[in-house]
Amino acid sequence: MKILVPVKRVLDYNIKARAKADGLGVELAGLKMAMNPFDEIALEEALRLKERGAATEVIAVSCGAIACQDTLRTALALGADRAILVSTECELQPLAVAKLLRVLVNREEAGLVICGKQAIDDDAGQTGQILAALLGWSQATFASQVTLEANHATVTREIDGGLETIVVQMPAVITTDLRLNEPRYATLPNIMKAKKKPLETVTPDALNVDIAPRLMLIKVVEPPARVAGIRVATVAELVDKLKNEARVI
Amino acid sequence: MTILVIAEHDHRHLKSATRHVLSAAHAVGGDVHILVAGHSCSPAAEAARTLPGVTQVLLADHVSLTADGAENLGHLVLRLAPSYTHILSASSAVGKSFMPRVAALLDVAQISDIVRVDATDTFTRPIYAGALWATVHTQDPIKVVTVRVTAFEACAETGGHAALTPIPEVAESGLSTRQSIALSVSTRPELEGARVVVSGGRGLGSAERYKELLEPLADKLQAALGASRAAVDLGYVPNDYQVGQTGKIVAPDLYIAVGISGAIQHLAGMKSARVIVAINSDPEAAIFTVADYGLVADLNSAVPELTAAL
Ligand SMILES: Cc1cc2nc3c(=O)[nH]c(=O)nc-3n(C[C@H](O)[C@H](O)[C@H](O)COP(=O)(O)OP(=O)(O)OC[C@H]3O[C@@H](n4cnc5c(N)ncnc54)[C@H](O)[C@@H]3O)c2cc1C
Repeated sequence: MKILVPVKRVLDYNIKARAKADGLGVELAGLKMAMNPFDEIALEEALRLKERGAATEVIAVSCGAIACQDTLRTALALGADRAILVSTECELQPLAVAKLLRVLVNREEAGLVICGKQAIDDDAGQTGQILAALLGWSQATFASQVTLEANHATVTREIDGGLETIVVQMPAVITTDLRLNEPRYATLPNIMKAKKKPLETVTPDALNVDIAPRLMLIKVVEPPARVAGIRVATVAELVDKLKNEARVI
Repeated sequence: MTILVIAEHDHRHLKSATRHVLSAAHAVGGDVHILVAGHSCSPAAEAARTLPGVTQVLLADHVSLTADGAENLGHLVLRLAPSYTHILSASSAVGKSFMPRVAALLDVAQISDIVRVDATDTFTRPIYAGALWATVHTQDPIKVVTVRVTAFEACAETGGHAALTPIPEVAESGLSTRQSIALSVSTRPELEGARVVVSGGRGLGSAERYKELLEPLADKLQAALGASRAAVDLGYVPNDYQVGQTGKIVAPDLYIAVGISGAIQHLAGMKSARVIVAINSDPEAAIFTVADYGLVADLNSAVPELTAAL
């Protein structure tokens, strides 16, 4: 069975995002980019399944600008067998990405897709579920544990108020939560080896997918900031402020 | 305009999240219907009938909806969708799971986690862990929207008398079944609706210290307990305690952050609290930039002292 893992190139999580001066986008020029952390977890899970013999091949896919090649090289260095870049300079929204992935899933005859539960840039949290619906597949979101059997997967999910374990029919889309695993690091020899692994480039046109954005961005702004408060010197002062100034206790 | 609000419930009781989402629906304006989809969930549907400004409650009561599975729920909502201009749900674990399936099969763009209704077709939502807010416009004929519950006040519980319309058939996809569910049992208020939240981070040092120090404080304040990702990853508390970009979003009257540094991912989940208190030994900690009251102190002495003083 082949596992397809979509990986997104996003602003590094340590960097605070700022709006462009014209308010019509997010300033990314010259800033450090990285693989979306949830996708690292997804890739790690796919690699572990392959190492356990539950999968034959792990294919990493990224959709976006040429620079997404870097993200794919990282995925290859971590252990993906090959990579596909769906190359476009156009803005991609989750629905379009899911449609691109659907075509690749069918072309590759993948039996499982593991993706991050959300990308830390747009925080939309949709792509995996959209893909599952478009394919008519089952889904398991927010996975914290995955066990594969012949024709089903048992997945423990982080839900509001606790944990739920579900059994989904294969093929399926699984989206990863933070505690599914701890991703490995790429070693230098593997980074060298990754340069020789296959990286195919295709275009949305070649896949016959309409990627036109549906949502029009009106503006991006910083939300109302909190006014900085004060320092209290003692616990007694804190209690006094909470009682008599803030009146919250 | 006719809006379908998907109720949040535990099959018996309507959850307060429903009333927040209803406020968002009222901000859009128009006729509002509520769907209560579940199994043996007529008490929740009865409660929904009294919510203000709702003309119809649709009740889909079927065994295939027992486990809130996204495939069955998505399919049901998809079937109802053509009668509506907007479909709104909470951005809860359930809402986040089934709503994108509905949007996908309607071939429309879902708008996730809105914090403001700017117009019937224009909404504002946080991006980049809430560091920025994006206002987006859609021309899709049906707007599929998930709502950040803390960004909208809850409407009243009573005042309406909606008609009840049963939905007879519900399909079973056979794609997914629930094997087990383990919900944390607690006598404390729910994290997301609590008036006071006491939250602990890596600074607590261990699960034992978290319990010893924060539980008595939370008891005194009748507070819910929360945590940073680090505290969850280290096993101090279960995963559903996590507050932040990728955990729960809370907006209590009072949020007390103990031994939490204030990473942007954490701030994303709590910076809408009315009053924030930070207790941290590092005067440079980022949490102090959002705290109304900052106490630079060792939590091991400050927290018991605070608990005793209340
Ligand atoms: C994809 C992704 C998603 C994430 N999502 C979330 C999320 O949803 N929520 C979240 O919280 N984080 C999230 N994080 C993690 C986040 O980046 C931080 O790592 C995390 O919030 C840090 O937790 P902390 O403040 O408890 O730990 P630390 O940053 O280690 O801070 C511990 C604090 O305790 C203080 N301290 C230590 N000892 C004492 C003492 N004796 N007395 C007083 N103070 C003391 C220290 O001064 C320090 O400020 C995410 C990260 C990533 C990459």
